[in-house]
Amino acid sequence: MKYRQSYVRSYIAYFFLQIKQGLQYRTAAFAGAITQFCWGFMLLFIFQAFYQSNVQAQPISYTQIVQILWLQQAFLAFFVLWFRDNDIFTMILTGSIAYELCRPIHLYSFWFVKLISARLSSASLRSIPILLVAAFLPAPYSLNFPPTTEHFVYFFLTLFLGLILLVAISMFVYISTFYTYSAVGSMLLFAVFGEFFAGLIIPVPLMPLWLQKIVYALPFRYTCDVPFRIYAGHIGIPEAIVSIYIQLGWILFLVVLGRYFLQKSLQKVVVHGG
Amino acid sequence: MIEVLHLRKQFKVYERKERLRDAFSSFFFPKWKWVHALEDVSFHINPGEIIGYIGPNGAGKSTTLKIMSGILLPTSGTCKVMGMIPWKNRIEYVRQIGVVFGQRSQLWWDVPVLDSFLLLKEIYRIEEKRYKTSLSRLVDILQLQDLLPKPVRQLSLGQRIKCEIAASLLHQPSILFLDEPTIGLDAVAKIAIRKFIQRINDENKVTVILTTHDMHDIEALTNRVILIGKGRTLFDGNVSLLKEKYTTDHSIEEIIAQVYTEYEI
Repeated sequence: MKYRQSYVRSYIAYFFLQIKQGLQYRTAAFAGAITQFCWGFMLLFIFQAFYQSNVQAQPISYTQIVQILWLQQAFLAFFVLWFRDNDIFTMILTGSIAYELCRPIHLYSFWFVKLISARLSSASLRSIPILLVAAFLPAPYSLNFPPTTEHFVYFFLTLFLGLILLVAISMFVYISTFYTYSAVGSMLLFAVFGEFFAGLIIPVPLMPLWLQKIVYALPFRYTCDVPFRIYAGHIGIPEAIVSIYIQLGWILFLVVLGRYFLQKSLQKVVVHGG
Repeated sequence: MIEVLHLRKQFKVYERKERLRDAFSSFFFPKWKWVHALEDVSFHINPGEIIGYIGPNGAGKSTTLKIMSGILLPTSGTCKVMGMIPWKNRIEYVRQIGVVFGQRSQLWWDVPVLDSFLLLKEIYRIEEKRYKTSLSRLVDILQLQDLLPKPVRQLSLGQRIKCEIAASLLHQPSILFLDEPTIGLDAVAKIAIRKFIQRINDENKVTVILTTHDMHDIEALTNRVILIGKGRTLFDGNVSLLKEKYTTDHSIEEIIAQVYTEYEI
């Protein structure tokens, strides 16, 4: 038990070092926020056109879509799979991983912490300006409060678990680099499939039912679709509670699997470049 | 302290062809062959020794070092360090060794050196008091005081290597593996590094295994060299023995070159 605790200490220290490092990129964050803001507006108008040209009732209201879109823009760094950590790729491809291996750490946990802190620091810089501006926009385009405080609490919980889940998924991209020697291939594959099944291209409620069934069986929607729809009030509290259990299940499953694969790859690791 | 017996390491290497047609066929039927980085390497090292581990490029020096530091698994053969098998219980083992790869960096690029040291303190779970004495001693000998607040990317190579070596000794390991620590350094920095290695070996009884291509490193630091070539141990013993065997008026550099040609490596 004492051992465990000291491990945690080193992970916490690493976490703060990474956050410190991440917070240095202010200009990038500012530029990112502006991009996200313009992108958000474009999507708002596309969906407005869609809603105005359709007379039949849609399974999700325009206001709810607006909430989801703004949250997507603000917390982009929490759930996009193309947000990559080049350090880890370079480490594997150039052989600097040798240094990681001669330290008394569990590589999987260490990388996990690194990836979480990178996403957290990036999101914390970007989300606040976007959320603030979006909250003060005129009526149909504005970000509102969730229907109840309960929704808000569950939004936070699922958002946080969603981040952990996403990092667990993204670990497989990094592990695959041991075999493919290139970051691009697996990155693209994961990004395209992952984003579609997370409802980032078409919101999940607007998908045909048969597709929704597939989406619900995969882990991707539990990263961002669930928390944002809870915030928008499109998912009720009972379903939110069930979703939390499913999130926990996926996290457990993917972490165990990821650790196993990483262990396997390290046994046949080739340290590149002498 | 270190016992290496009949160590062998093979890598699978895929063959690439030049012609487009061959490239196409090797996409479906990849051809590969075994490359033997180590064929048969054995040696024994006592506590407190400084060993010069030498050999031409590609002889397998780094591979041996990586096996001894628990990073790579050998194909066959045994390796015991301080009674432990490095790759078996990696995490407990690496706590007791220090490693420096001259061509790579273990410090975090964008943050001040001191931040990297503080993180290593947590990673190795060094107690506050021990960390302070350890750090102040290293700062003192290597003259790091002005470097600590600087981000690593702003350091010159010589300054960086000093910090790298300090980083690998913070947790006071009993063995230090140095893979080409003086590569690319100017004369002043080289001499400083040599003096430092000498001193920690003298005062802290740290066993040092060092690979290098600079024979002056060897002359300044050690009497015992282990020469490997084509993955085999070719010579293990006193430098003066090498000198006796060949005409003595040659510099050690020339002798080594002669040895390489003689063994056709």
